[in-house]
Amino acid sequence: MNTKTLTTWRALNSALTDILRDTPEAFIMGEDITSWGTGGGIHGVTRKLAKEFGAERVRDTPISEEVLISAAVGAAMRGSRPILEIMYSDFSFLGFDGIINQAAKSRYMFGGQFDCPLVIRTNGGSGVGKAGQHSQSLETLFAHIPGLEVAVPGTPADAYGLLRTAVKSDNPTIFLEHKNTYYDKGELDFRPVPFGQARIAREGTDVTVVATQQLLTRSLVAAERLQAEHGVSAEVIDPRTLYPFDMETVLTSVRKTRHLVVAHEAVRDYGWGAEVASTVVEQAWAELDAPPVRLGGARTPIPYSEPLENAVIPGVDQVFDALREVRKAGKL
Amino acid sequence: MAHFDFNQQGLDGLKMMSMIRQFESRMPILSEEGLIRGSTHPSVGMEAVATGVSLALGPQDSIASNHRGHAHCLARGADPARTMAEILGRRDGYGGGKGGSMHIGVSELGILGTNGIVGAGIGLATGAALAAQIQGTDAVSVVYFGDGASNQGVMSEAFNLAAIWQLPVVFVCENNHYAQSAPIEKMIAQPDLKQRGLAYGVPSVDVDGMSLGETYTAAAEGVERARQGRGPSFIIADTYRYLGHMAGDTEIYRKKDEVEQWKAKDPIARLAAELLDAGVLTMPDWEEIQIEAVRIVQEAEEFARNSAFPDPAEATQDVYKKEVPA
Ligand SMILES: Cc1ncc(C[n+]2csc(CCOP(=O)(O)OP(=O)(O)O)c2C)c(N)n1
Repeated sequence: MNTKTLTTWRALNSALTDILRDTPEAFIMGEDITSWGTGGGIHGVTRKLAKEFGAERVRDTPISEEVLISAAVGAAMRGSRPILEIMYSDFSFLGFDGIINQAAKSRYMFGGQFDCPLVIRTNGGSGVGKAGQHSQSLETLFAHIPGLEVAVPGTPADAYGLLRTAVKSDNPTIFLEHKNTYYDKGELDFRPVPFGQARIAREGTDVTVVATQQLLTRSLVAAERLQAEHGVSAEVIDPRTLYPFDMETVLTSVRKTRHLVVAHEAVRDYGWGAEVASTVVEQAWAELDAPPVRLGGARTPIPYSEPLENAVIPGVDQVFDALREVRKAGKL
Repeated sequence: MAHFDFNQQGLDGLKMMSMIRQFESRMPILSEEGLIRGSTHPSVGMEAVATGVSLALGPQDSIASNHRGHAHCLARGADPARTMAEILGRRDGYGGGKGGSMHIGVSELGILGTNGIVGAGIGLATGAALAAQIQGTDAVSVVYFGDGASNQGVMSEAFNLAAIWQLPVVFVCENNHYAQSAPIEKMIAQPDLKQRGLAYGVPSVDVDGMSLGETYTAAAEGVERARQGRGPSFIIADTYRYLGHMAGDTEIYRKKDEVEQWKAKDPIARLAAELLDAGVLTMPDWEEIQIEAVRIVQEAEEFARNSAFPDPAEATQDVYKKEVPA
């Protein structure tokens, strides 16, 4: 099999290349995606695409998020497969009418007549000092809206594979990258990854942790430390898509480990972790040895200064402590 | 017609512009040193706009700014030291390190924030004007935004709202010819931006944004109109940024000689030459002004570098007026 080690941004770039090659209906648009930085947008993801596929299919746009999003919806309802890059997910708020009132409902309200095969590629997350209006983690907000699919790739292979699937999907997909993972490296086999199929990122027997993106990375580090220092074996699950969500894999794991921690960057209060914890309590109450624990962002905007930013997003230590605590709270 | 007091305002403006130039020129260096996180957008070359507009404002007025907003704050009277401290994420910054370069607000100066959302200030300034009108004060608000931001829908909506309600707001577009890497010619089909204001019934003018006097005069007229209850106006200032869009920009989208051509129209050198010609300024004075600008910025930088980082416990403060238990 053809495998390669690539960074996330390169994996995305090769997914887009392959998509434009084999999907004539697909086109890409976004701000500064052809002449910025190294010639491919703020994180290089669209690099060289305009050269290969031309300005018809890889388009620089004005700074006009509202119309771009609703126009992408209209194009999708008329047989195109637009891939819209929104430079930072925070800017998607300018086009929430397009996302929520239009895209998410375009099939339902008209009795299933329309497909809306639109992908909004954007990035969320903290870690690089982008402050309150460029660092939010909006995955919960999107996952809450009926009609949307939400992908949250945590590795280069998933970035590639989930993007291939997103473009194939006839539903509108919010494809939420994480700005602090673009340079993470990983092995790719260039295969599509189905939505709604979680990945067991690390096998374990004593406690389950469900985490995405930057918190997935931190959870894996915490899990190694827990093994080394306390001999406790953590199973780490990456859901990969928040909607559809693979609850079965989580339930199976929890039935084995009897302990659950959910860790995400989105604000903890009302976050998707609550959804997972609550479902696990409903469906596997008897098999739990301790109440599930949720870790998430503090109920604050993301601050600029480094010590403040570190204080509001769970780090390796917090995940480590939560895993230890939930084990202690259990019957061991 | 508003009169530009060349002698006094010219000199004051020259000092301010020199200080801003010095301040903004430090940004790429501080960024390189790893002292600035995220992104910072210097406005070297564009000093005349912020300075000219500020000279037309009174203490009761407010401004809304954008991502390239240090100059707007400084010209409005923000303390360079506290501004720098915010950019460095320190406790003594105007936002206690929570905002950084793109989120500097100063309540007592009516600075409603630099802004990370392109175009957002346009709505905020319209609202500040609405408040002034409802409260019956004669305060005016100004918003600075770029040519790129003029493509945001909020501009059209704000123009119409301000025009039907005759709100006291002055819209100032700093046309520096690029939105990040996008040249204005590719992003705006109608190059005469004035048309956009006129279409909504907003009096609109072009000014040479490299001229302090011209920007001041246009701003003073807009501010006066607003103060008298005669509604909004729109100023398009033709200007240029010498540095990249942000620290670290590779600038592959523009030619070096284009930058050099604009440098030949430098607003500071030009004003200094005019003042020298007119005998308002002597060469030693001019040198003194430049030395003073360096001194102010050095002091600001020292203050900022020595300011402590905020305590992590502060991270959850000020989310609500009254702290609610976590
Ligand atoms: C809503 C939104 N879209 C995109 C961006 C990213 N961005 C930041 S500055 C900028 C260019 C702005 O251009 P312009 O308004 O002309 O101001 P200039 O940078 O030229 O001063 C872009 C696209 C943003 N910050 N906010």
